[in-house]
Amino acid sequence: MSSEKAVTLRVNGNEVNIITPAHRTLLEALRHEGFVEIKSGCEKGDCGACAVLLDGVPVDSCITLAWHAEGRDVTTIKGLGNSDSPDPLQKAFIETGGAQCGYCTPGMIIAAKALLNENPEPSLDDIKKALSGNLCRCTGYTKIFEAVQIAAEDLRKEGEAA
Amino acid sequence: MLPRFELSQPQTLPEALKALAGGVGQPLAGGTNLFPDLRGGREKGDTFISLSQVGELRYIEHTDNRVTLGSGATISDILRDPQMKIAAPALVAASDIFAGAMVRNAATIGGNVCCGSPSADSVPPLLTLGADVTLASASGERTLPLDEFYLDYKKTVMKPDELLASISWTPPTPGSAHLFYKLSRRKGDAITITGISVLVEAEGGKCKTVRIALGSVAPTIFRAHEAEGMLAGRVLTSELIEEAAQSAAGQCKPISDNRASAEYRLLTAHSLTRRLLRQAWKQAS
Ligand SMILES: Cc1cc2nc3c(=O)[nH]c(=O)nc-3n(C[C@H](O)[C@H](O)[C@H](O)COP(=O)(O)OP(=O)(O)OC[C@H]3O[C@@H](n4cnc5c(N)ncnc54)[C@H](O)[C@@H]3O)c2cc1C
Ligand code: FES
Ligand code: FES
Repeated sequence: MSSEKAVTLRVNGNEVNIITPAHRTLLEALRHEGFVEIKSGCEKGDCGACAVLLDGVPVDSCITLAWHAEGRDVTTIKGLGNSDSPDPLQKAFIETGGAQCGYCTPGMIIAAKALLNENPEPSLDDIKKALSGNLCRCTGYTKIFEAVQIAAEDLRKEGEAA
Repeated sequence: MLPRFELSQPQTLPEALKALAGGVGQPLAGGTNLFPDLRGGREKGDTFISLSQVGELRYIEHTDNRVTLGSGATISDILRDPQMKIAAPALVAASDIFAGAMVRNAATIGGNVCCGSPSADSVPPLLTLGADVTLASASGERTLPLDEFYLDYKKTVMKPDELLASISWTPPTPGSAHLFYKLSRRKGDAITITGISVLVEAEGGKCKTVRIALGSVAPTIFRAHEAEGMLAGRVLTSELIEEAAQSAAGQCKPISDNRASAEYRLLTAHSLTRRLLRQAWKQAS
């Protein structure tokens, strides 16, 4: 047992080394390293603003310890795409107005990405269930669900074309 | 920010049990209860023993006539297991509306059972399956019915040097009904106001086995043994079901909180037990 530990993980494919005490959350540790695209909302697992993919699985980084990410792969919204080459989800959120203030958007898109990876043809109910741990105070959700449906369709078309 | 604490990260079960035997340190599984509680000051503790790396605890096993869930299996693991729909239909129903996707990926069944919360959603379905819990310590193992595990609000029979290793049960016979109903403000990411599970096995037109468990309506989740006794071996008429539901409600000791009043909990415990018994009898008979 030791109070501080050096932890190596990968964020969006790049190795990151941090020295951190046991009680530091992955959210705090990564924001401190400059990954401020991960948003801090409730810090108790309610809102999903802090969601990242950990080895491909979406988790709330505010209730995940940095130590528990040792040797693992973290994907943030920036790992999915950027303005030059956006992920179909990012594109669809822009087109539908699925993002207003944008605070919930990184976590929302991470949770949606995990859904589409597992289920390329989700029903509206599947989408609602997959996003039930992500709160949005602006959009009323309708545009968000629409964006996920559009992205799912785009991804299917992409798949057919390939 | 979480309060400062020390954390050990055992890699194997013997290492974890040895750490627990030291007398300092509490198990940490998914942290979905512990971290919000530590942050909110509802939980104290400066030393934790992380079970996340103990691979021996994370499994689901189906053998001939027994299902065993390692305590480290997550709620998502339960949902992903194709056989669980038959082995524990109500547990799957409870897992399906448990928290949100991210919490389901971290939350373990062991943490849900051990937290001792009256609103732990996996517990009513496990109680109606007649599940056993196996506790392990450095000096050995013991297995007891889950029905004997809870002592009081957030109090269990577990000793400080023990951890929950696994939960096991015999799957319901084909044709029986195993149901769960969660009354809450919304479908996803909500804390249960009243949570009821019922199991009914019928044979020769009569109710052979019946188990009823009620959550969020007393300091602990409990089996309504008296009500079960009224129904076992009988044909479940509406009158009989009503009497049993009344008896179950009579055992409730609900509190009022920001989710619902005690009166509402009592009323819904009664009506939902009746509804689930009717539905289960119809399905099984
Ligand atoms: C946003 C949100 C929504 C939620 N929704 C629900 C819901 O819908 N239904 C519901 O029932 N719960 C819900 N919860 C509560 C929580 O997610 C569950 O109770 C979960 O199963 C706890 O498991 P864990 O692995 O995270 O436990 P932890 O938080 O790690 O531990 C909980 C307690 O159990 C003890 N413990 C854990 N594992 C063991 C073990 N193997 N042996 C001995 N002791 C052990 C710990 O010491 C601690 O006291 C929710 C939580 C959040 C944050
Ligand atoms: S900040 Fe993590 S869930 Fe709200
Ligand atoms: S867009 Fe503002 S919180 Fe969702």
